[in-house]
Amino acid sequence: MKEFLEFFSFADANIRYVTIGSVLLASSSAVVGCFTLLRKRALVGDAVAHSVLPGVCLAFIVSGTKNPLILLFGAFVTGWLSLILIDYITSRSRIKEDTAIGLVLSVFFGIGILLLTSIQHSGNAAQSGLDKFLFGKAASLVGEDLIVFGAVAVLLLITTILFYKELKLLCFDVTFAKSIGFPVRSLELLLTTLTVFAVVVGIQAVGVVLMAAMLITPAAAARFWTERLGVMLALAAVIGAFSGISGAFVSYTAPAMPTGPWIVLIVSMVAILSFAFAPKRGWVARMLRRRHNKIQILEENLLKLFYQLGEQHEDYFSNRTLDNILTRRNIPKTQALNGLSKLKRQGYIQRHPDGWALTREGEIRGKRVVRLHRLWELYLTQYLQLASDHVHEDAETIEHIITPELEQKLMEELNYPALDPHHTKIP
Amino acid sequence: MILHVDNPVVEVHDLTVSYDRKPVLWGVDLTLPAGSLVGVIGPNGAGKSTLIKAIMDLLPASSGYVRIFDEPIKQVRNRISYVPQRESVDWDFPASVFDVVLMGRYGNLGLFNRPRKADKDAAMQALEKVGMQSFANRQISQLSGGQQQRVFLARALAQNADIYFMDEPFAGVDIATETAIIELLRTMRAQGKTVIVVHHDLQSAGEYFDWTVLLNMRLVASGPTEQVLTQELLEQTYGGKLTVLSKVGDLLRKQEFPTRERKS
Amino acid sequence: MVGDAISHAVLPGIVIAFLFTGSRDSIPMIIGAGLLGVLTTFLIEFFHRYARVQADASIGITFTWLFAIGIILISVFAGQVDLDQDCVLYGEIAYVPLDLWLTENGLSFGPQTIWTLGFVTILIIAFITFGYKELFLTAFDPGYAAVIGISTTLWYYLLMTAVSLTTVASFESVGAILVVAFLVGPPATAYLLTDNFKTMLVLSVIIGIIASIVGYYLAYWLDGSIAGAIATVTGLQFALAFLFSPTHGQLFKRKRTIAV
Repeated sequence: MKEFLEFFSFADANIRYVTIGSVLLASSSAVVGCFTLLRKRALVGDAVAHSVLPGVCLAFIVSGTKNPLILLFGAFVTGWLSLILIDYITSRSRIKEDTAIGLVLSVFFGIGILLLTSIQHSGNAAQSGLDKFLFGKAASLVGEDLIVFGAVAVLLLITTILFYKELKLLCFDVTFAKSIGFPVRSLELLLTTLTVFAVVVGIQAVGVVLMAAMLITPAAAARFWTERLGVMLALAAVIGAFSGISGAFVSYTAPAMPTGPWIVLIVSMVAILSFAFAPKRGWVARMLRRRHNKIQILEENLLKLFYQLGEQHEDYFSNRTLDNILTRRNIPKTQALNGLSKLKRQGYIQRHPDGWALTREGEIRGKRVVRLHRLWELYLTQYLQLASDHVHEDAETIEHIITPELEQKLMEELNYPALDPHHTKIP
Repeated sequence: MILHVDNPVVEVHDLTVSYDRKPVLWGVDLTLPAGSLVGVIGPNGAGKSTLIKAIMDLLPASSGYVRIFDEPIKQVRNRISYVPQRESVDWDFPASVFDVVLMGRYGNLGLFNRPRKADKDAAMQALEKVGMQSFANRQISQLSGGQQQRVFLARALAQNADIYFMDEPFAGVDIATETAIIELLRTMRAQGKTVIVVHHDLQSAGEYFDWTVLLNMRLVASGPTEQVLTQELLEQTYGGKLTVLSKVGDLLRKQEFPTRERKS
Repeated sequence: MVGDAISHAVLPGIVIAFLFTGSRDSIPMIIGAGLLGVLTTFLIEFFHRYARVQADASIGITFTWLFAIGIILISVFAGQVDLDQDCVLYGEIAYVPLDLWLTENGLSFGPQTIWTLGFVTILIIAFITFGYKELFLTAFDPGYAAVIGISTTLWYYLLMTAVSLTTVASFESVGAILVVAFLVGPPATAYLLTDNFKTMLVLSVIIGIIASIVGYYLAYWLDGSIAGAIATVTGLQFALAFLFSPTHGQLFKRKRTIAV
């Protein structure tokens, strides 16, 4: 707890820098990642991340210094080259895209490792620290490095906002974008450049292997919470920033811990929780909806039974016992009783000493279900030529789902019918 | 106009097939006579491929059942053959024509057994039937569209099944191939095989098939071709979508409703 | 790409197996990694099908997540685990001869890794020989395979198990990422050189062997990582095939169009 307070007071300048640094890195790559995800090129980021390594090593060999700008430039060049190679190989030969990605990624990385180990063995004293590109070290982001990478991250965010509209269209509908005269080629190039930049910068925080996660995972998680791109970008940035802070915190409390993997672990947990619990799209929400459907089906079935009993003698509001209700349809007794008490609470039926009776509202709702059932049966026989002995099952489901607008439309198409295919009256 | 036959080879009972909960085929009831050439016809997106895939149990049905030779499909797998759409596979795959045709024998071979001399002979004979014997060692990437289709057909022939499902075998092939294929199908019919063909060309349908199935999200008609290909039934098949039907389908998907209520 | 994902994601399996047995015994490690490999394949499917995450994203998320867990496990138990982060990434094949398999009475059977790799190689060859026709068919036309009663899912999972096996066996020597170069490189090169599946199988083995030998000398010359050098050579081979393959090479394609 003490550490927690210490960390979040940001009293220590070092902590401040590290936190700002990781937040910027994580959120800028998350924002760019949204576009690569929507372009269905999520794994491209992975390829760029691995391909950056030889560039860094070459820049170091040529220049002999660890100036961040020079290293960044080297990284940028090979990262870019890898993407161009992937496109070239896929378009010019029968190699498929995923094979090309895997190949370019691993070969570039191999070259990088070869160069890196060769530098390490050469005994050059200045080389130490180059390998932080492999695993990332958010905690060691200080001074000059931080300023350079921070600036790039801010630049990325600004560019994304400036070209928001264009990028959005590019991700949504390329053909349309082309047809209205958008410079699609240049936009693709822009997105590629942004991706490479995001990767080059983000690698500082999490390293080569896990970089893909910084691009994809926040975006995929954000996608589950919203249907709007603007909100998605903001959310992804927040998720990225959150994991950035957490990573910085972990590396503060336990310096021996690798920061990058923790950032990724946290971001993955956020994503998995989103898959599970996001409203609407989440797995739990979908389960709940199914449960709710089941309850609705049960209730409406019960009301329908009341109504059908009433139909026999044109007497809708008399008392019915449980056995009475369940003669036409086999619902387990406990389930039926549950449903009945719920209906009572909602005011659709009333409890009497010797059973239950429909209220006025219950009668209306029951009647509607029966009507929809028979309407759908009629629709199936008339429009789908189904045999009248096959339509009942279908109608059992559809009766619960038809909206008032659809009901109106059905009535029109069927010409306001009076009888269903079994010659029973449609109420 | 849905005609049912006695002792059908294929019996489809109240079959509904959904993608992602949205039904694309509603309540199909269908019987097909043995030893006939059946055309499945309808507009794009009518569910033609879906129907034959569901019959072969490649797609799960949300309701209904299928019987072939009066047995569940799992019992009669080795009597069924399938010619998929040509575009469904990667023709850059490193394989020769003969390799592909030999695949037709795999089903009967069982695990771990390698193809024997008899299997190779059967494959070669199948190639001869489609007039491709001289291409046996050719790589499949070097074939024309029509030749690819013939290779697929040869593979099905090598299997020596009793019932054949073919998905658009005439799509994108040259006239010579089309005539050759239809000749072959007629020979197969003469040998008592049943061939079910997904087809989209109305012009040739009347001439090719002796039984026709009209489909558009639901079964419109099924019967002898000359009785089915009428102005009225064709209008029903091609004339506009059933908006209510597709709206209800959308609702089922969005609400995650079960297509059928579970019997409780 | 699933192969790539598996090669990264088996890491926690290896570490856990390591923690349980406390030794670098190969059998538990292979079991651990094999299980994780299958789990990865399953998770990717699960996220994609049930949570409806788009396919490429679900691959990316799964493997980075598992890899992160693996690295964290390594750091947490750094004292007990004789694996380090660098080794995980790019392995060190040069140490292989040092890890000898000694029996209790001091008899030496040579390097342990050689035995493991040999065993896995035999296993893989057996798998491909016996499952050849099923693998061939399910790779080419899964729909047809299903109709004639060959389970596509089963063979897919078997294949992925084989991939995990290979990965874990090569792990110590070349690390998680460079395994991908060996998995993808030689077959891709062979694919550009031949149209015959069997030739492709044999050719990719030969290409792999050449890459290893040339790579070794390259590494010796540059005094760098052997695995990295082999991957570099693999890339070179591919580039050569891509440019000069008699059937699919870029140069010949151009000439051919000119000739026409």
